[in-house]
Amino acid sequence: MRGAQDRRTFLKAAAGLPCLPGAGAAAKTEDETRYLAEARYYEKLPYRKIKCTLCPRECVIDDRERGYCGVRENRGGVYYTLVHSRVCAANIDPIEKKPFFHVLPGTTSFSIATAGCNVNCKMCQNWDISQVRPEQVRNMYLPPREVAALARQNRCATISYTYSEPVVFYEYMLDTAQAGRAAGVRNVVVTGGYIKTEPLKELCRAVDAVKVDLKAFSEKFYKEVVNGELKPVLQALVALRKLGMWTEIVYLVIPTLNDSDQEFSSLARWVKTDLGLDVPVHFTRFHPQYLLKNLPVTPLKTLERAKAIADAEGLRYVYLGNVPGHPAENTYCPKCRRAVIQREGFFIRGLHLKRGRCQACGQQIPGVWES
Amino acid sequence: MRTRRQVVGSCVAALMGGACGQSPERSRSRAPQAEAAGPSRVVIARDPSLGSGGGADSAHLAKLLDRAMQAFYNVDDALEAWRRLVRPGETVGLKVNCLAGKGASTRPALVEAVCERLQQAGIRARDILIWDRLSEDLESAGYRIATGRDRIRVMGNELLGYEDELSSFGSAASLLATALTRVCDAVINLPVLKDHGIVGVTLAMKNLFGAVHNPNKYHPNTGDPYVADVYMLPPIRRKVRLAICDAIAAQYQGGPSYMPQWSWPYRGLLVARDPVALDYTGWQIIERERARRGLKSLKEVGREPRWIATAARHGIGTNDPARIQALEV
Repeated sequence: MRGAQDRRTFLKAAAGLPCLPGAGAAAKTEDETRYLAEARYYEKLPYRKIKCTLCPRECVIDDRERGYCGVRENRGGVYYTLVHSRVCAANIDPIEKKPFFHVLPGTTSFSIATAGCNVNCKMCQNWDISQVRPEQVRNMYLPPREVAALARQNRCATISYTYSEPVVFYEYMLDTAQAGRAAGVRNVVVTGGYIKTEPLKELCRAVDAVKVDLKAFSEKFYKEVVNGELKPVLQALVALRKLGMWTEIVYLVIPTLNDSDQEFSSLARWVKTDLGLDVPVHFTRFHPQYLLKNLPVTPLKTLERAKAIADAEGLRYVYLGNVPGHPAENTYCPKCRRAVIQREGFFIRGLHLKRGRCQACGQQIPGVWES
Repeated sequence: MRTRRQVVGSCVAALMGGACGQSPERSRSRAPQAEAAGPSRVVIARDPSLGSGGGADSAHLAKLLDRAMQAFYNVDDALEAWRRLVRPGETVGLKVNCLAGKGASTRPALVEAVCERLQQAGIRARDILIWDRLSEDLESAGYRIATGRDRIRVMGNELLGYEDELSSFGSAASLLATALTRVCDAVINLPVLKDHGIVGVTLAMKNLFGAVHNPNKYHPNTGDPYVADVYMLPPIRRKVRLAICDAIAAQYQGGPSYMPQWSWPYRGLLVARDPVALDYTGWQIIERERARRGLKSLKEVGREPRWIATAARHGIGTNDPARIQALEV
């Protein structure tokens, strides 16, 4: 099976680490116990069953079985994560790749993932790590303090929990975020937002920003394409804002499935009323992937239509993604309309902010900036 | 033809991890025969004298297995039945179900009897693969991992790997185990008769979840349509030739984990080519036992295995009692 990156990239990211096991077929030679940690959110039920309370799915799991995510297992009535410190992807990325457009622009982020996901999106671009079990991919042992040390060593401003679905490696993310913070590295989360409120609250005490992939604005899409539900994701977004967490939204626009004017309007109105005008919304271009290879790339005019609808609703920071060089990649000051951050793909071409304020007019731009 | 002792010795050696000799080749070119058109036959072979626990030894089981196979193929000679099922030179996979440890997994004594008959039918020991999802599951059920190519192999998918490309049908999109796609020419499905806390029952079709990399994705909505859709993946449809369900000790509640308080000695085997007919028949056996014990039906507790009807609609087989010929022997 493939990993999310080539071996060279992986080795580069893992340089100096003590362990890099071979492919998944050799997993039996690994000391798997070092990846085990008791899950933080579950209830014990009679007859050695458990109920997972980490995500809205609330899997009820028999002894020796795993949850929907494939990375949490009931062993004799105790629920374990199998992926603590079990990293299957590690890269140093521009923060813009996440994308975070209002978080420390121009910096790099030490980005990690484990196997597993709590949904199964038909358009997943990383399905070969998100839709597999940890023993089916190449992994390396990377405990929290080593992640923090590597991030510092590589001058990364943040650690990103990304690529697959960090909710399913919750305990590892939490421990690493605390280690990162202790080492002076900030933490950002890239998630589908399919998480229950209590664990989300605990997570927010340890991280600095969250990007939520809002995959559509209809329950039908969530049921048929995501294998999940929309309502808990909206609840998570509202909770994030109430907790004061810096939040950005990505909406992958997929031709024929979630690209109607009505859906764009409903989304924009909801963001305006429930989250606020300052929450950035990124409309990004879809490329055929995984189980949606039958659909075309999103036409640029569709993306521009989405942006126009959101702009008309009054949202202040509406971006287009996966269209390198498009002017809608830039951040514009809502007061003087100057481009305060100019981007081309993942690269910063101009930065006209000082302590989060427009250098031209002094307008405060919301986000997480260098102090 | 080797003596019975030689054959048994070879099987035991493989299951227990020792070296295993080869069976003599026999020249035969006849293809395995398809079931005649008409009702789907499900043979229910029972032996009241059979111990349901560790007492179910291979000699007793072999006799019961012979009776079941003779009845299924309507032949007087058990070996003739196996010759209709497999051909010398083929690699035969035995897909066991070992999730629940020794209490509620496909018992090694039954698999040993199957291996013996396969070898007598001309399949070389090295062309037999006993496989399940994980080697540790196999070990916990009493098998010993054997990877040498000169003997019966016993291995989990993690040792054999999965395909790189997805196979898909309906709601199912999976990487298939290479045990199924590359190693085996034919598969004999050896599930267990038991209740399942999410999808109702786990029998023949559900056992093929052990042939995909992502079974955890297929349990929502009581497994409907996932169980049926997974079974529609072409290599599964093409290669699984027969199901022999271990119902020596069955479980009517609390599965798939082993729960001795809900296990009962059914002392039988179910044999069918049609997995839908087998699953329907097994489901009804479990329902009758639940009713006898005063438990609500699976439908009443929200676990009706609707995927059986879905599988029938897919054309995998029939769940119509009028079209199932249940033959008790």
